[in-house]
Amino acid sequence: MSILNSNIPEGPISQKWSNHKAKIKVVSPANKRKLEIIVIGTGLAGASAAASLSELGYNVKAFCYQDSPRRAHSIAAQGGINAAKNYQNDNDSVYRLFYDTVKGGDYRSREANVHRLAEVSPNIIDQCVAQGVPFAREYGGLLSNRSFGGVLVSRTFYARGQTGQQLLLGAYSALNRQIGAGGVKMYTRHEMLDLVTIDGKARGIIARDMVTGEIKRFGAHAVVIASGGYGNVFFLSTNAMGCNASASWVCYKKGAFFANPCFVQIHPTCIPVHGSQQSKLTLMSESLRNDGRVWTPRKLEDAEKLRKGIIGPNDIADADRDFYLERRYPSYGNLVPRDVASRAAKERCDAGFGVNSEGKAVYLDFKYSIERLGRSTIEKRYGNLFQMYEKITDHDPYKEPMQIYPAIHYTMGGTWVDYNLMTTIPGLYAIGEANFSDHGANRLGASALMQGLADGYFVLPYTIGDYLAGEIMVPKIDTNLPEFIEAEKGVTTKLEKLFNIKGKTPVDHFHKKLGHIMWEYVGMARNAEGLTKAIKEIQELRVEFYKDLLVPGEMKNVNPELEKAGRVADFIELGELLARDALNRNESCGGHFRVESCTEDGEAKRDDENFAYVAAWEFKGVDSVPVLHKEDLVFETIHLTQRSYK
Amino acid sequence: MADKILNKIYVKVWRQNSPKAKGRFETYTVENISQGTSFLEMIDILNDQLILGGKDPIAFDHDCREGICGMCSLYINGHAHGPDTMVTTCQLHMRRFNEGQTITVEPWRVGAFPVIKDVMVDRTAFEKIQQAGGFVSVNTGGVPDGNTIPIFQDDAEEAMDAAACIGCGACAATCKNSSAMLFVAAKVSQFAKLPQGQVEAKRRAKAMVAKMDELGFGGCTNTGACELACPKSISIAHIARLNREYLVAKLSD
Ligand SMILES: Cc1cc2nc3c(=O)[nH]c(=O)nc-3n(C[C@H](O)[C@H](O)[C@H](O)COP(=O)(O)OP(=O)(O)OC[C@H]3O[C@@H](n4cnc5c(N)ncnc54)[C@H](O)[C@@H]3O)c2cc1C
Ligand code: SF4
Ligand code: FES
Repeated sequence: MSILNSNIPEGPISQKWSNHKAKIKVVSPANKRKLEIIVIGTGLAGASAAASLSELGYNVKAFCYQDSPRRAHSIAAQGGINAAKNYQNDNDSVYRLFYDTVKGGDYRSREANVHRLAEVSPNIIDQCVAQGVPFAREYGGLLSNRSFGGVLVSRTFYARGQTGQQLLLGAYSALNRQIGAGGVKMYTRHEMLDLVTIDGKARGIIARDMVTGEIKRFGAHAVVIASGGYGNVFFLSTNAMGCNASASWVCYKKGAFFANPCFVQIHPTCIPVHGSQQSKLTLMSESLRNDGRVWTPRKLEDAEKLRKGIIGPNDIADADRDFYLERRYPSYGNLVPRDVASRAAKERCDAGFGVNSEGKAVYLDFKYSIERLGRSTIEKRYGNLFQMYEKITDHDPYKEPMQIYPAIHYTMGGTWVDYNLMTTIPGLYAIGEANFSDHGANRLGASALMQGLADGYFVLPYTIGDYLAGEIMVPKIDTNLPEFIEAEKGVTTKLEKLFNIKGKTPVDHFHKKLGHIMWEYVGMARNAEGLTKAIKEIQELRVEFYKDLLVPGEMKNVNPELEKAGRVADFIELGELLARDALNRNESCGGHFRVESCTEDGEAKRDDENFAYVAAWEFKGVDSVPVLHKEDLVFETIHLTQRSYK
Repeated sequence: MADKILNKIYVKVWRQNSPKAKGRFETYTVENISQGTSFLEMIDILNDQLILGGKDPIAFDHDCREGICGMCSLYINGHAHGPDTMVTTCQLHMRRFNEGQTITVEPWRVGAFPVIKDVMVDRTAFEKIQQAGGFVSVNTGGVPDGNTIPIFQDDAEEAMDAAACIGCGACAATCKNSSAMLFVAAKVSQFAKLPQGQVEAKRRAKAMVAKMDELGFGGCTNTGACELACPKSISIAHIARLNREYLVAKLSD
């Protein structure tokens, strides 16, 4: 028996959320005023939660590491946000969005959570419109939609190629209104470095003021983690430079289980790595695959000449081009889901058909759609992306195909939460990309923004009341309690330790090494031997890190190297857990591909008999093996089938 | 095609250890930089060199490195966000620089944006302006269906043009008066173009402009320098709209 209680409500799937809302407790306005909530992160999830909780009357303290809440990495989302509005009359519905999400996640998500997500999705669009989010409109003035990979309806709302920016600015404006009104106290340039628990309940945090270097204590009746994903464990990813796992990781070390860390999304269309000095990777939106054809040369000698720069892509005749996605997946073609497209690109490059000097790129060609639709149509659809591509690569995608390669993009895994979004620590919640909840083993495009805002606007403000109703007698948390003093001491000791190693190697070198190990053995194709090797190499890296790290500067001043050192220390530990989880899950599902578990023609093979569960890991000490708890996934509504895109 | 290599460049950068400390320029030599490298990656390389040489690395703001978060800043060779057009510093590449060139790197020089360290500045003033009125006063829940009010496509597009502002501060840093007018206008204009923004239009324009003045940003004398420096090409037409909104608000006082 598992000790995990997911608290999924009784009743048929479409009634669960209503039933639950009817049953959970509500806090009176007078009592809300006495309660404090800490929200870590001001991305879509955190900003929407902080604003909504403050509107309800709670006292909120919100934190972000940037100089403004508006800069959270949600700002970078391009494509759009899904909602089951059925404005297009194309037979979309809550059920269809629910079904697509569960199927897209390769049957590794929790049905009840996903259904609720689909249920509240229409409210998100209404809310954003009311805030003044300038969504794209049709000539008649109504909201416009586009479609995204893996679905048959048009349900994606967008604001040019800057949907994340506009949604975040909407949530940010709601947050600003509350900051101005005094309901939210905003702490920018503050990094959470520990969670404080008292009698097993979350009661506050320790944060470092990134300007003065001061270590501070903050108390609250509940703590909400909305700190985003951990993609940067791979060093190179489409995440922002500062994206980190530390807030989630300290919670893990304080007893919050971490679920499905090996479920990582690799996006097929990113600008390839150039040289060894690159600091991050840039995404080229999934929407490009609507009009671009993916190919590599058919002949090895052509690939070789391309790599050496002897010929260019336009020198290769159509007959000598291998449109491998169209060849392998005739029915979905270039629009297969992200995981499938990524693996197919890797397969071609591994076989020697890569087209850039590193041999790690394939072509995404717009020649055919320009011929068919004209340059101006393509320009209207993708102009800003083409411009971005040209600025980075100095190549004109109107004249020659783009080079693309898969890159780490999103993390489906995260802190384990129950139906109320509460972690295994009472009073500690996790929302947005930081939790593991809704996307199973693979996330569909335009669904992360939906989930972040669903959690923050429409789920957490209800479910947190159920817990806080029991806390109304608890006075303001005293941050002079021994638990706070001890946690603060722990943080100071940890930072001093990093600072005092005084070795010879700056932190980025370790981060890059970790990234190499992760990408090599825990990337797109994983096997037991490689994963075992990864675990060993990561452990060795950890030893080296604590022997040879060099952190310059001062503790009590702005010190980005110290910040990075703390984050990388956590990433090293998380990397090991990720590899362990991948080793344990001897099946292929969604973004997790185990070489040992595939069909004869090399496609992913799920193993429902043995792995239809959430793997929730419990920390037992840095040098000890974590304990695996299984939450069995029960599919009452949707029938499990093997995905096929042939 | 491989990018060309810059064998040697000189980076002359503002160093200031804390807000109150006295600042100065220091010049460093950086070797062997591929022109395909981004400007900030070049700074990363320089910083690595500084750390290995036992020196303090240069503190600078950055995060997304794809031109959307607005965190990066830097005044490079006399231009906010450097010599390229319509890009942020993080999107600037070394192709824009030549062999042997000296590249001068300074922080935003705006009174309302004090230096924190080196080329990192404090833009909290922008936050305060937004908190003064950059929102529509709706609570979560209880709002009408998204399609209840049709919006002219052109209006939605114009609102989007304005809403594209990333809050970087280049406009104020470029303006000889250190005015934040373009930044304020972008927000006021976005809401002015949408029905949802109408109810509070007057209050918003007055509150945001008053806050801007209070925080010590200068007045706008329509030089248009901000528009040229803006990485998101926010048009000064929005300033005209803000002026109209402001006038209407004042007249109805
Ligand atoms: C390039 C790109 C494009 C994308 N496009 C799409 C798309 O089109 N559609 C879609 O649905 N999804 C998309 N996604 C995914 C989606 O953007 C993210 O999953 C989502 O925005 C995450 O939101 P969040 O609120 O959970 O976290 P984030 O927006 O990452 O916010 C994290 C917050 O936590 C704070 N924080 C982190 N650590 C700490 C700490 N230790 N202390 C204090 N604060 C901390 C940060 O300051 C920040 O405020 C995209 C992602 C990327 C990278
Ligand atoms: S108006 Fe332009 S320059 Fe000014 S803050 Fe906005 S994006 Fe930056
Ligand atoms: S780092 Fe985000 S805009 Fe430059």
